[in-house]
Amino acid sequence: MGIINVENLKKTYGNVVAVNDISFKIEKGEIFGFLGPNGAGKTSTINMMTGLSRPTEGAITVADIDVVKQTKKAQAIMGIVPDESNLYNEMDGFSNLCFCAALYGMRKKEREGKAYQLLEQFRLNDTGGRPFKAYSKGMRRKLTIAAALIHSPQILFLDEPTTGIDVESAGQIRDLIVRLKAEGTTVFLTTHYIEEAERICDRIAFIAKGRIIATGTVRQLMESVSHGYAVRLVTDKCIGNLSVELQNRFKVSVITSQSDHSLVMQSEQRIPLFPVLKFLHDRKIEVHEARELHPSLEDVFVKLTGIESCLMKKDKEKGDKR
Amino acid sequence: MKSWIAFWNILRKDIKNYYLKPPNISWGIIFPLSWSLMQFIRSPGADMSELLPGLIAMSVLFGTTSMLAVTITFERSGKSFERLLLAPISLSLLVLAKIAGTILFGIFNAFVPIILASFFIDLHAINWQVLLFAILMIAITSALTGLLVAVSAEQVFEAQTLSNFFRFPMLFLCGLFIPISSLPVFLRPVSFCLPLTYGTDILKSTITGDNMLSPLLSFGILLIFAAILFFICRHIINRKWIL
Repeated sequence: MGIINVENLKKTYGNVVAVNDISFKIEKGEIFGFLGPNGAGKTSTINMMTGLSRPTEGAITVADIDVVKQTKKAQAIMGIVPDESNLYNEMDGFSNLCFCAALYGMRKKEREGKAYQLLEQFRLNDTGGRPFKAYSKGMRRKLTIAAALIHSPQILFLDEPTTGIDVESAGQIRDLIVRLKAEGTTVFLTTHYIEEAERICDRIAFIAKGRIIATGTVRQLMESVSHGYAVRLVTDKCIGNLSVELQNRFKVSVITSQSDHSLVMQSEQRIPLFPVLKFLHDRKIEVHEARELHPSLEDVFVKLTGIESCLMKKDKEKGDKR
Repeated sequence: MKSWIAFWNILRKDIKNYYLKPPNISWGIIFPLSWSLMQFIRSPGADMSELLPGLIAMSVLFGTTSMLAVTITFERSGKSFERLLLAPISLSLLVLAKIAGTILFGIFNAFVPIILASFFIDLHAINWQVLLFAILMIAITSALTGLLVAVSAEQVFEAQTLSNFFRFPMLFLCGLFIPISSLPVFLRPVSFCLPLTYGTDILKSTITGDNMLSPLLSFGILLIFAAILFFICRHIINRKWIL
């Protein structure tokens, strides 16, 4: 049993199936990424897991607590950062944190101490007295995360935490997520940034049209689609007809590019690099660069879901502007 | 978990963020004052004690219903209400915390016409315990009516429109301006379905003595109204806002 167990979860809104029979489990102290485009069912899933909406079918447990039947008990051990900052605009940063702490029954001294600590940790201590509405987007996001951490939750749910914020703040948030994992917090992260998921998640689930397409570590996901090996060489001149000779000699397929004098060799077997270099050298062709190619998580995502990652980003940006 | 900490802090936050804002304080004073002056100017020879129950009831009704519906709809549109739904506090406690602020605001409103009246008439004959309890019950039932409006509206302007849809018919049907006995026969049963009718009747019993029902019966009915409205609101929030 993981700390989070989701079984056959389904959510429908009228005739629309937002989440369609998904199951997964998350181990304690793991960063689990939920990756998918807009409308894939990420927020619907997180809302069900945090008790903000009811599943049409299926079961969710967190730390052996049934989220549907004992929602409030489950919420006590969760920290939740929704996709839109939901703090009070008219209150300052410090008061917002203290108020959130009070919702978890923390006493005045305890909540004030924790609020100061979090403001410092998030480098917001200079702006703690400023109204939330006067915060920049990055600062708003950081304070919302701080508010979710005020009661030291066992599990942190982050819905698109770095969307639409500056690079520096996004980096700080990613560093924080990694630190939280080191401290034993389990993190459930939804994102549409493939590179973000690749960089910080222990395991990732690809979700599209309400269904989980694949789950695993980055390596497992890559292995699931990577059949064979590829090597890219950059030469001093175009190899021309030598490509046919290369194909026959080394049993590889060769794709050449005229523009940058490069070629990619692909094979089911590992390609021995030295004989290839010698072969070209003997034919007066100098190799400037040679490297083995691995598929990126983006390639895997595109292959498994059929969704171009650039479209996913554009989709999200449009949503943010709206 | 120490639920009272959450309750007290939600109440304190609402009072500080909404009810203690200068426009609301001035509304809380000016509105009952305007109603009172309007009534005095309209009926110069009238006995002030005859007007007082109506002025108190109106002040509480408008004070409570106008604020709660707007603040909740405002918090919902800004998503901050979601934070309360995600907190480990029961829905009943949340409803109680949200209406507590508006009840206090309604009680504060009620005292504007009372203080004004104290300059013109002798209020010693009033049973203050009965009066306070009547004000409290009017405030509770009105606050819950405001909450019912809030759970039915999506936007702030919708909440305001819906509030007026409830408030104005209520004023004319609860026996404040027109005695219920003078209303058309088909409207009289409607009057008895309104909590304000019973609240006003208790106020009349202690201020002028011309009540229709026993104050004890009216209190009982108001308690039933409060319980029903509370459970309806709680049920709607549970079904409508936790999708």
